[in-house]
Amino acid sequence: MVFVKRLVLDILKPHSPNSLDFCSMLADSGPNMQVTGRVLAVDEKTESVEICIEGDELRFDQIEASIRSQGGSLHSIDEVLVVSPAVNGPS
Amino acid sequence: MGHRDSSVRQLTSIALILEHTRTLTIARRYFVVNGFDGALTMLGMIVGFYHANANPPDSATLSVIVGACLGAAIALGFSGLSSAYISESAEQRAELQALEAAMVTDLGGSSHDLAARWGPWLVALVNGLAPLLISLVILLPLLLPTAFRVVCENVLEASMLLGFSTIFLLGVFLGRISGRFWLMSGLRTTAIAIITSGVIILCTPN
Repeated sequence: MVFVKRLVLDILKPHSPNSLDFCSMLADSGPNMQVTGRVLAVDEKTESVEICIEGDELRFDQIEASIRSQGGSLHSIDEVLVVSPAVNGPS
Repeated sequence: MGHRDSSVRQLTSIALILEHTRTLTIARRYFVVNGFDGALTMLGMIVGFYHANANPPDSATLSVIVGACLGAAIALGFSGLSSAYISESAEQRAELQALEAAMVTDLGGSSHDLAARWGPWLVALVNGLAPLLISLVILLPLLLPTAFRVVCENVLEASMLLGFSTIFLLGVFLGRISGRFWLMSGLRTTAIAIITSGVIILCTPN
């Protein structure tokens, strides 16, 4: 069992919802999540955003569902931080 | 704020899309436009009936007036419902398709898709209910004649008074939206109602 602690995602999304609402909804998809959004490019109807999500135990399926429900499209997973639980040795 | 279940998140997301796609603004505009239509139509009909016979209507005449006015109110309601749904659903479908083309993805199941599906119903309901409900308010003295005869002997006069008041209030509402002085806005819509009534009196036989 491993824990996903950090994800950096490249997402294409419509202008609406805006980045603040988009990131708020993402943060709301799981407990103890910290979401940072940065707009990389703005087009006529869409914008590319880089979303950095940090948390104790990120659930990728929930994050992906939240992105999709807000009309976003996940282009790539650019960075990940995954940790395995510490193993307690014999005392 | 703790994390919420997916249906609540979806509803929040739809509310955001409705706000961003200006669906709520469109619904508000339809409420005033079609509500004004309903109020002026009812007022016009009642002024016409009153001009034809200024005496308090007997029960047989009253049922004819109520039948005609209710028929018009229901027709206005259904007309508003169907016309707004047809035009809004076409508009929102076209916008969704344009967005899907820009995103190069299927937005089925997303908040945008749900907003495009349910937004037209919201607008249509407002557009249909506004004239119907406003008409019913104006017709109240005719629908409950015994209650209103205590205040005003001729229920047609009470109905006309309600008509002018409703139109004034719609003007006040418009003034509040546009940030204009509410009294001027209310008086302006009332002036339109007075002019309309004058034209009806001039054009209809006595």
